[in-house]
Amino acid sequence: MNLSALASWQDHTINGLIIGNIYALLAVGLALIFGVSHLINFAHGSVYLVGAYLGWACATYLHTPLPVTILIVVIGCGALGMLIERVGLRPLAGSARIAPLLATIGISFVLDQLVQLSAGADPRAVPNDLPDWRISVGNGTIGPLDLLIAAIGLASAAALFAFLRYTKLGWAVRATAQDRDAALQMGVDANRVNATVFAIASALGGVSGLLVGMYYNHIDPGMSFQATLKGVVAQVIGGMGNIPGAVAGSLLLGLIESWGVALFGSSYRNLFAFVLLLAILVLRPEGLFARRRSVPPEPLTGTFIAPSRPLRIPRIAVTAGVALLALLPLAFPAPYLLQTLTSSWLYALLALSLTLIAGTTGQVSLGHAGLLAIGAYASALLALDAGWPVALSILTAGFITAALGTGLALPAFRLRGHYVSIATLGMGEIVGLVILNWESLTRGPIGVSGIPPLEFMGFPLDDVKPTYWVTLGLMVALALLQSRLLGSHLGRTLRAVREDDVAARASGIGLGRAKSIAFLFGGFVAGISGAVTAHLYSYINFETFTSQISVLALTMVILGGMGNVIGAILGAVVLVGLPELFRATAEYRVLIYGIVLLLLIRFRPQGLLGTV
Amino acid sequence: MTLLKVDSVARRFGGLTAVDGIDLVLEEGGLVSVIGPNGAGKTTLFNMIAGQDHPNAGRIVLDGHDVTGEPPERLAGRGIARTFQHGRVFANLTVLDNVLIGAHTRLHATRLRVPVVGAFSELALALIRPPAIPRQEAALREEARAIIARFGERLLPRLDHPAHSLSYANRRRVEIARALMLRPRLLLLDEPTAGMNQTETAEMLDLIRTLKESGLSILLIEHKLDLVMQLSDRVMVMDDGRKIAEGPPATVRNDPGVIAAYLGSSAVGGATPVPALAS
Repeated sequence: MNLSALASWQDHTINGLIIGNIYALLAVGLALIFGVSHLINFAHGSVYLVGAYLGWACATYLHTPLPVTILIVVIGCGALGMLIERVGLRPLAGSARIAPLLATIGISFVLDQLVQLSAGADPRAVPNDLPDWRISVGNGTIGPLDLLIAAIGLASAAALFAFLRYTKLGWAVRATAQDRDAALQMGVDANRVNATVFAIASALGGVSGLLVGMYYNHIDPGMSFQATLKGVVAQVIGGMGNIPGAVAGSLLLGLIESWGVALFGSSYRNLFAFVLLLAILVLRPEGLFARRRSVPPEPLTGTFIAPSRPLRIPRIAVTAGVALLALLPLAFPAPYLLQTLTSSWLYALLALSLTLIAGTTGQVSLGHAGLLAIGAYASALLALDAGWPVALSILTAGFITAALGTGLALPAFRLRGHYVSIATLGMGEIVGLVILNWESLTRGPIGVSGIPPLEFMGFPLDDVKPTYWVTLGLMVALALLQSRLLGSHLGRTLRAVREDDVAARASGIGLGRAKSIAFLFGGFVAGISGAVTAHLYSYINFETFTSQISVLALTMVILGGMGNVIGAILGAVVLVGLPELFRATAEYRVLIYGIVLLLLIRFRPQGLLGTV
Repeated sequence: MTLLKVDSVARRFGGLTAVDGIDLVLEEGGLVSVIGPNGAGKTTLFNMIAGQDHPNAGRIVLDGHDVTGEPPERLAGRGIARTFQHGRVFANLTVLDNVLIGAHTRLHATRLRVPVVGAFSELALALIRPPAIPRQEAALREEARAIIARFGERLLPRLDHPAHSLSYANRRRVEIARALMLRPRLLLLDEPTAGMNQTETAEMLDLIRTLKESGLSILLIEHKLDLVMQLSDRVMVMDDGRKIAEGPPATVRNDPGVIAAYLGSSAVGGATPVPALAS
């Protein structure tokens, strides 16, 4: 606690309002999009990133004056928004409800990597030609940039209000948001409405990116994902799709962050955002400013996951495949191949966990990297600080992850559909932030180094071949266990929860219990994967398991077919192996993942082997 | 003996009162039909009895226990099974699996209801599978087949088909089979013959009659008045959230308020004009 900092609370308040204003430009766009299409646009942060870099490029290379820069950003990002709508939303009308959300995640991967490939990963400074004066307000000061941000915020809000209120297209947008079917019936062109909304939202998002770049005099490709998260948090606070709520939520988020940072330090900034997110999702999922609690609409049956017939693979083929893989190191001892496959088996464990939770049970988690991190830290710290044998540490880490993971996911059990994804995303982030800030246990930002290598009862297993066999063995064993679970009444129960939770409850299924069982088993499997990874890497820190890994795991699961055990393994092998085949660098790798995700959702939503 | 007693139950959505002080009594083994125009509050009443929705006022008593506000899964455990107005089958599950879900409350593995321990034991039983578990599973499969066989050849050839591939009428049958698999004490059927042609409706009538004769207590929402008049011990008529008539089918049929509600004569009983219903 830094109480002296409170003396300058006015500075922090002004700072909070300015940041809140920037969040508002993001959140209003997200709210507009959610309003008309019920989609959380995960590519929104990428548009913001593109806006920041577009502005930076204009100001640096073309030396455009600020108004021209802003105009270019508005036009460029508006066009980009329309492109996103055309690629990510329009072709997916009528497909499973999760499809457009995943498509925007794919688009965000592609855009972020394109920015990084063209401008480099290093941070850039955004030049700004504003005069250098500041006015004193109480104990704080305000500069021209602060005023500009406030003015742009107010002007966009006014322009948006006028557009929605007084133009015919604005009416169409509002009508579509209130009742899409009725609007269609009255001849509203839904595609035109969507394209307009994406253009406006993206223009605002791009300007927001530019302003942030100017405010901090710093832009880097990593800012995209954080921006999406902040925009989503602000929107959840205000109520999904509620535009004035999004503005109020943004200002509140900005203030809370600014005050919190003043009190606890900047590494806590995001923790406030995500704890607030979870608190709102649990206590008031309809947002702080919703006029009344609305009854959840009666969902159509089985629309969340595309119906399909799974491909059955004969048991003999599976057995033969496993035998061949086990003998592989003897026939082809190439270390590069074996290491790639070892990595595939560890990802396969993660994908198994996620295919149970997202595929079988229908709780599309976007925070699975958090489970890896828990497992990795638990095992590393048990082995290092408590001096436990590695094998025992790994096993215990599995149980710890099962318990902690289920506990963390508990607040999401009451939620449905996209809200589950947002909540789990927040939980994944919280895990990373707790690791970063709980220095006495986790060593904070320094990370954990010198983690003992894999061994069992004194036999070292850290050579290429033994590691391959250990990871393959663990993966096959847990895959068999998971198949056994799916073949029992539990498999049926969990799938019933996925298909229709109302009908499942009417048949006596307790949702909390079903979901905890999925998270217990899935948490164990993911924890084992994280734990083994820690011992293979020998060094981990709070950034080892990023949310990109969560999305990668989800791509594997979709590639293989939701809930499909063999599919998850296949997905992991393909997505880990494919980039290796092309010897792709890290940036291109993520680009490939994004493109694969987009193509899959568009052309084979049921995955290679089909939904089980 | 009284099985179900609904005691001046009310449900409001914002300014709209969907169910306004309804009383209803169902004797063990009886069949009471709830009829009335669309929007009369019939399904809302069912939702409250089965726990999908909770009343703002009033009590629901099952078998002498006050069960008002209990969650649906607990009410299912008490023996309340239902079907849904618009049909809710598990689209990606096979017909057989859909029906087996109905037996959930009877599984050995789900019997332990202690919060954390229950989940662990259920998971452990599914993975370890002591002999009693597969034995019960096999027995339940047989039972499910027998229930499905009650619908004749409609579903039997489709046991392994995913439910999304079924016709509308067959989905309703799957739902009813799933409800029967619960071995209910009280069965709530919400428009079981919607979307069925005359032959199919006649089959459904036979089935419901057989169920009733086997001693099952049934609450029925139905628009096909022919069927209602043939099956019901008593009929309750709802309009605009209120009960406008109740009694044996023959009495209700001639009640002026009911005729007004159905035919829309605003001169009688002050009811607002409502379009006539298919019968």
